[in-house]
Amino acid sequence: MRTLARRLAFYLVTAFIAVSLDFFIPRLIPGNPVDAVLAKMQGVTITKATINALELQFGVGTKASLWAQYTHFWGNLLHGNLGVSVSNGFAPVSTVIRGALPWTLGLVGFATLISWLLGTLIGALVAWRRGSWLDNLLPVTTFFQAAPYFFLAFLALDLFSTKLGWFPSGQGHSNLDFPASNWTYLSDVLDHAVLPALTIVVASAAGWIVTMRNVMLTTMDEDYVLIAAAKGLPKSRVVWYAARNAILPSVSGFSLAIGFIVSGALLTEIVFSYPGLGLLLVDAVGDNDYALLQGLFLIITFAVLAANLIADFVYVFLDPRTRQEA
Amino acid sequence: MTGEALLEIQGLCVDYGLGPDAVHAVDGADLVLHRGEALGLAGESGSGKSTLAMAATRLLRPPGVITGGDVRLHSDNGAVVDLLEADFAGLRVLRWSQVSLVLQSAMNALNPVFTIRAQLTDALTAHLPQLSKRDRLARAVELLEMVGISGDRLGSHPHELSGGMRQRVMIAMALALRPQVVIMDEPTTALDVVTQREILEELKELRDQFGFAILFITHDLSLLIEIADSIAVMYAGRLVERAPAASLFKAPRHPYTLGLLSSFPPLHGPRIPMTGIPGSPPDLRQLPSGCVFHPRCRFAFDRCAAEAPPLVTIGTGGSRLVACWQQAPDRPVPAEIAAPEPDQQLLPLTTAPAQKETTPVTGAASAATAAAAEHGSPA
Amino acid sequence: MAIGIGTDHAADRTLEPGTASSPWPPRRSRVLRLPRSAKMLSGLGILTFFLLWAIIGPFVAPYSPDQTFANSAVPLPPSGAHLLGTTALQQDVLSQLLVGGGSTILVSLIAGVIATMLSVAIGVSAGYLGGLADDLLSMLANIFLVLPALPLLIILFGFLGHSGSNNELVVGLIIAVTGWAFGARVLRAQTLSLRNRDYVDSARIIGESRLRIIATEILPNLTPVVATSFLFTTLYGVGTYTALAFLDLVNPNWSWGGMLFYGQLSNAEVAGYWWWFVPPGLAVALLGSSLALLNFGIDEFINPRLRAAGLARRAGRREWARARRRPEIGLTPVIRSAGGGHDG
Repeated sequence: MRTLARRLAFYLVTAFIAVSLDFFIPRLIPGNPVDAVLAKMQGVTITKATINALELQFGVGTKASLWAQYTHFWGNLLHGNLGVSVSNGFAPVSTVIRGALPWTLGLVGFATLISWLLGTLIGALVAWRRGSWLDNLLPVTTFFQAAPYFFLAFLALDLFSTKLGWFPSGQGHSNLDFPASNWTYLSDVLDHAVLPALTIVVASAAGWIVTMRNVMLTTMDEDYVLIAAAKGLPKSRVVWYAARNAILPSVSGFSLAIGFIVSGALLTEIVFSYPGLGLLLVDAVGDNDYALLQGLFLIITFAVLAANLIADFVYVFLDPRTRQEA
Repeated sequence: MTGEALLEIQGLCVDYGLGPDAVHAVDGADLVLHRGEALGLAGESGSGKSTLAMAATRLLRPPGVITGGDVRLHSDNGAVVDLLEADFAGLRVLRWSQVSLVLQSAMNALNPVFTIRAQLTDALTAHLPQLSKRDRLARAVELLEMVGISGDRLGSHPHELSGGMRQRVMIAMALALRPQVVIMDEPTTALDVVTQREILEELKELRDQFGFAILFITHDLSLLIEIADSIAVMYAGRLVERAPAASLFKAPRHPYTLGLLSSFPPLHGPRIPMTGIPGSPPDLRQLPSGCVFHPRCRFAFDRCAAEAPPLVTIGTGGSRLVACWQQAPDRPVPAEIAAPEPDQQLLPLTTAPAQKETTPVTGAASAATAAAAEHGSPA
Repeated sequence: MAIGIGTDHAADRTLEPGTASSPWPPRRSRVLRLPRSAKMLSGLGILTFFLLWAIIGPFVAPYSPDQTFANSAVPLPPSGAHLLGTTALQQDVLSQLLVGGGSTILVSLIAGVIATMLSVAIGVSAGYLGGLADDLLSMLANIFLVLPALPLLIILFGFLGHSGSNNELVVGLIIAVTGWAFGARVLRAQTLSLRNRDYVDSARIIGESRLRIIATEILPNLTPVVATSFLFTTLYGVGTYTALAFLDLVNPNWSWGGMLFYGQLSNAEVAGYWWWFVPPGLAVALLGSSLALLNFGIDEFINPRLRAAGLARRAGRREWARARRRPEIGLTPVIRSAGGGHDG
């Protein structure tokens, strides 16, 4: 338990630093963000109040001290106020994000889980049957690991959607009338989610496969695996004895990888015009919608930290050696 | 010799790797383990003793390969199983129920993520599926208490136990199915001396109680004084000598055994110069011609480099085997390896009959004999 | 005891570490004799190819990448005049591809070098110094490790705007700042284990300065790890730079990521203009693969068990194939034909 408490404290510190970074970056970069925002907004009427809010958000031309701005920023954050999104008709950033978040969570969460399960399974298999043709899989996975997520997304779209017509070419759902029957809606959503999910799985599984294979090879040399075989246990049990230990670095490695996977998944969403955070991101970049960018950075970072915490919980559950109180 | 043959190994050859670079770890080893016997298998690192035991039970890890020989196990239902011809299913049935294993480091041999309970009962589940869960648990408790650990440690994980306790758990685990043979590979090497002694005592008690045979593999000859009935000595992948324990210590017949015995200092008796064995173990990829030991042997003569001596029975009784040309009947035997047999009833390192006259030489056994002869009786 | 200057002709002798004439304690580091594995060689080969590409590409390109050609509304597929077809703006894809390699490889290398320097400095210091310094530095590394890199880079470059993001050095530097943490952690762990070795202890007792100990005892033994770390970070740089160019956050003219950005803008993937997006994507993937392969090769070298798995496969492969056996736990193979050749 003490380990977990320490990890939680660490994540809180990191979250704090993330928020601070979010606050300071606009102020440290040369140039005037407010002007940049306004430059993109020719032809739209902007109220004085909005300009004031923007100035306060980015710390430009305002008379408040840095500390006052900082506390104001935190205050807003704790109230769920992330500012105003200029590229979405001045809707509150929090509302805009809340609309897109479930799509991303669903797609990325689901795809990452499948990728992890599939990857560790295949990795264990490749290690167990070392010396067989499965070893030739490794260079293939290397290639997929090195290929950018969005490139694979391109390929998937071109191949499975444009050329073969098996799946829709983007978006999260067709333009159905809501609420159609729940089943129609659900199957439609799933239909649109297959290609993006497939892309994410193919791109990220390679890492798990290689990690699991390497750890499994080392684990199979351990004495307890030999004893398991010496006990006359069925082969499947012996593999389980080894895999149950070999899985641990993959779980702790999950924390490292989740940041990469989320980044890649966001890019994939962009290619598929999937209505998640990725699309918001690229639009915000294009429109210099800095407030939205800031909000997105925070939400994505918090989500990654939360995923890390969950992974830590799972690790403690799986490895009894960590449960020993210091 | 306490019974008929249980595990017969004949001419076993084991290599690591294949092709021209293969390492010949075991080269024509012959070994017989009898029912209820405690056989010590001694030799220095790299002599092939672990390889021999693991290969005989087909548990040798890759890249180990068995390239020749025969291994037969006399199962307790009367059948004789050829272990080298058996398939996985056939081996599975025998494993743990006929032959079990205790390894050197319990920390590595016990699965860190499973409880002791799970590791004591998994073999029961695999071999005795008809046992109910309650019976299995009862048996697990019984096993733990047999080695002096309280039953409420069942829920612990290996890292929560001390080193000695872990080793005891391993022994309990090995006896779960009342096997005929327990192979122990350096079971006490990783422990401190006090714990070592405790474990050995417990082993002796358990053996008295259940009557299983032990193949005790170690590089430490002094341990075998405690527990072995017979001792076999290996060098560079071959058996060079086998004798009842007392005979080996008091009257070694092979120059290598003599060298081993003179390599550890006796705790009692007069100070003697240590000799050890000159040179170093051979490269197992390119063994010396003839007798593998001849480059380091002070009794080597021309025949030793030309032909390898076979393992033959010498003396009366049929329980002494030696592979040495010096022991051939056509030659006078050097005095150091011709000491008279000790009286079989006596334990080693105790009074020797007064009229025995041995040339004062180095060595623990001889020194102790000399000391005992001087002082008349053990301390 | 006067030490005669010039009496022992020290200058004539080569300073062999470990001999009586050398003031340095013997080096424990081994010469990096890299195994000739297929992975390493192919990785090295492909990497060299790309390095040449980066340097020669612009000179070999048939046209200027900005130059527009025929008036066509849609991109044209590959033809004699344009080996890889044209973009929506009727620019030559092949030229863009050849010119685009330079910035990608340059930025990745810069990022790799800077990040590796940072990880060595921070990781080794943390491992060697211990105590409070270690705690603080480790925390710093862990924070950077956990913070997702791309979102951070997006707001950094988003605010920086195009003005600041055209300079390869700056871009490489910023990417490096997000990528040093992993290497630092690995190096710290290695340093910790090396720190307690006997030869380091003896150097400490002799009184060598910390810096000297780190430089002469520890760093040479970290070479394989530093090499892997460098390759890994460069690989990270390739992917990240391409992603940033894809998002139009850094200069898309001309980089492979930029080509993909323009492609995405014209819906190349939906419309099926494969000649536009496949070459740059493939180039990135191959470059990345070469780095990863090199990494595997070094990994196998460092980790003896992986090496054994690989070597065992190579050595005696013919014999294993003939025996048609796969090594299995609990079933030691019996291959009688392989025995013999030594008398029993």
